[in-house]
Amino acid sequence: MTAFTLNGKAVDVSADADTPLLWVIREHLKLTGTKFGCGAAQCGACTVHINGEPARSCSVPLADAAEKQVTTIEGLSPNGRHPLQKAWIAEQVPQCGYCQSGQIMQAAALLKKNPKPSREQIVEHMDGNLCRCGTYGRIIAAIQRASREV
Amino acid sequence: MSAFSDMTSVSRRGFLQGTGGLVFTFAVGGGASDSAAQGAAGRLNAYVTINPNGAITIMMPAPEMGQGVNTTLPLIVAEELDADWSKVTVQQAPVAAAYNHPVFRAQYQVASLTTRGYWMPLRTAGAQARRVLIDAAAQRWGVPASELATEPSTVVHAASGRRLTYGEIAGFAQVPATLPEIKPEELKPVDRFRLLGKNVGRIDIADKSTGKQVYAIDIQVPDMLYGTVAWAPVRDSKPTSFNRDEIKAQRGIVDAVALDEGIGIVGRTVEDVFAARRKLKAVWSNAPGSKVDSAKEAQEYLTHLRDPNRKGVVVREAGDASAAIAGAARMMTGEYTSDYVYHAQMEPMCCTASVTPAGVEVWAGTQWPTKSVEEAAKAAGVTPDKVKFHTLQMGGGYGRRAFVEYVPDAVLLSKAVGKPVKMILSREDDVRNARMRPLTAQKIDVGLDASGKIVGWRHRLAAEPVTDYLYDKARLEAQKGNDIIVVAGADVPFYDVPAFVTDHVYEARGVRVAAWRGIGAGYTNFAVEGMIDELALQAGKDPLEYRMALLKDARAKKVIERVAQLSEWGRRREGRALGIAFNKLGLPPVGFSMTGTVAEISLNRASGEIRVHNLWCVADVGLPLQPDNTAAQIEGSLVFSVSAALKEQITLKNGEVQQSNYHDYPVLRMSEAPDIKVEILGSGPVPLPVGELSIGGTAPAIAGAFFALTGKRLRDLPMSPERVKKALA
Repeated sequence: MTAFTLNGKAVDVSADADTPLLWVIREHLKLTGTKFGCGAAQCGACTVHINGEPARSCSVPLADAAEKQVTTIEGLSPNGRHPLQKAWIAEQVPQCGYCQSGQIMQAAALLKKNPKPSREQIVEHMDGNLCRCGTYGRIIAAIQRASREV
Repeated sequence: MSAFSDMTSVSRRGFLQGTGGLVFTFAVGGGASDSAAQGAAGRLNAYVTINPNGAITIMMPAPEMGQGVNTTLPLIVAEELDADWSKVTVQQAPVAAAYNHPVFRAQYQVASLTTRGYWMPLRTAGAQARRVLIDAAAQRWGVPASELATEPSTVVHAASGRRLTYGEIAGFAQVPATLPEIKPEELKPVDRFRLLGKNVGRIDIADKSTGKQVYAIDIQVPDMLYGTVAWAPVRDSKPTSFNRDEIKAQRGIVDAVALDEGIGIVGRTVEDVFAARRKLKAVWSNAPGSKVDSAKEAQEYLTHLRDPNRKGVVVREAGDASAAIAGAARMMTGEYTSDYVYHAQMEPMCCTASVTPAGVEVWAGTQWPTKSVEEAAKAAGVTPDKVKFHTLQMGGGYGRRAFVEYVPDAVLLSKAVGKPVKMILSREDDVRNARMRPLTAQKIDVGLDASGKIVGWRHRLAAEPVTDYLYDKARLEAQKGNDIIVVAGADVPFYDVPAFVTDHVYEARGVRVAAWRGIGAGYTNFAVEGMIDELALQAGKDPLEYRMALLKDARAKKVIERVAQLSEWGRRREGRALGIAFNKLGLPPVGFSMTGTVAEISLNRASGEIRVHNLWCVADVGLPLQPDNTAAQIEGSLVFSVSAALKEQITLKNGEVQQSNYHDYPVLRMSEAPDIKVEILGSGPVPLPVGELSIGGTAPAIAGAFFALTGKRLRDLPMSPERVKKALA
């Protein structure tokens, strides 16, 4: 059994210690907002926070999450009104939307550390998150908007 | 496309009054089979449902893959219904003939025709529902219907000041035996729209920003197992043998089964299934495609195109281009190639299916719900009406999910184990099973008279046909061999060219090929606009000036003129240069949307990397129904097309895809994306194709900029660092 905290709640999981955290979150615990894209930490669709740091959950074994605080898109804000989520709506960012949980979690980690990032800092921080629909320009605009409003 | 005139047909089909309010049923563009299919399924075919409490439900007939039609299509109904949009709930329609796209006669989403196709049927459906509400109010008040008007969700009688909300009317309205007929001239004039043409936000943004949006990969069914499929490495190859016992002995594995063109593995968890998949050892039969080596193909194709005796299927012709070129004072020739590219949609192919004694139920994101149901039924061994199908949001489509092979795969796996199965392809298997934009070679010959005027244009294109693989041979034959997907854009209808001919030399090698966002224009317009640049040079003209002189269409001239202004075409940039291209999307019965695109690039001569700093795109889309969403689609397509123009390349050895994930099939990242400025121009009263419009202009604009910067032409896609360095050497 592996114990960790998921979105503020204690969980205890019987999956093997080497199970990718992504599958534990999505399929064992059924929080499906975190997405599977590549399984190789190449696309960022599975990004969650582990102790506040962004992590690619597809490439983190369950054992590495033991006793840690894991936050997913479902736990980012109590009611979906995180400044980034409001900015995502204002800028009408998502198209297919599949990568956007990962984008928002990646961006949230940035704003927590650096509430007023420059454009270059945003791009550098977000560069590991792919969006095949090509919403990059709106993602940058939304992060800048959220940054102004926090 | 001959069915296009039927886009306006909305048959009157009766009207049902449910206990909970009014349900208006319409058959859109359907035939005699509609009532049978609906009756058999026992389903109500409704676009509009009004509850006595005022809540309105509007059915969304098409699937959604990111382009925002789940807002735009219901909005069309709401506009004509004069609904209060804040009271509207959108519901995904079931798979039923009544919701068929009028051109495709199926629920099928390709060719950027969703909004264009449903435009008149949905307007008519909304107007018809509004008329019924007005008639009911008129009857109640004992006044002529002609004295009544509507405000959002309310019928008003100005003379007496009386008002009834749609909800109130739904509480008492009588059912007319036949629905009133709405003539096109009775629809709301465009200048009175209050929803369309404004920026009503997309209905799905909040869910997509909170993780609540449900995709096929998110489905959870009680007692569900997991599955995956290793598709054969080559099209039409079959599993000869595999280590079934070893796979079945792996932790958590329930079964492993040979499929027609792959091997399926089912187990208790996705991690167990993926782990077992990595241990799969299979022998596959040889297939025609097993011989393909993509490194050699382009040159082989070009050899065929250079041979005048190698005739292709003539797909476009105006005048006698060959005679004109033969008699020309001078001929210019350009040869172009493009490599295979992969859709790289973020959600790998997946589908959940449940084939149990309780029935057949399927959850999938698909561009072709109708075909998905047919294939699911065939795989389950039932008739289509026995399949309960859930059309879900796609995690990217771009043409990939016009293929639905993952639906019968999931059904077969569920059937094999007698339990629900969520089938997910690993990214590696998704790449291995890629359905690609075909590799192409093109040769364009342009005849010029003594004054330099174009007298004839011959466009030859060699590629694996797509239509027979995506559909079947009969479909390609019915189109007289015209593989519309492959040859799209290989013509010059808006330039002053008196005679042209386009032929397609089939290279039927047996490769898995597909429609890929922008279809043919992704490479044909690279060739066409590349030739235009070369013609401009020989004429001693600037690329902008030459296009403005050669374009004969006012809308085409306008997008080019405007994009030149936006980009400050004449301004020199230190270390950077601009290129320009025209692009169009559509067919004569649909109408053409158009773009002018300008790219600003710089070059790292040491690494060979092209950097696109800015893209300006001016798009004439006819009537923009959701201007900001239209701009978003143009922006997204521009990023998509920069990615393809500079980076994307699938290679085949012995027919097998050599790439496996985003590390060796890199797509454009944020740090590589240009700044983009889009301007939407409106023209005319009809919404024209948008979703793939801005794909075709990008690569030629980049190549034009590269020439301006270096004096060298790039004629092969992608314009990779290796090719750039070769061009500069």
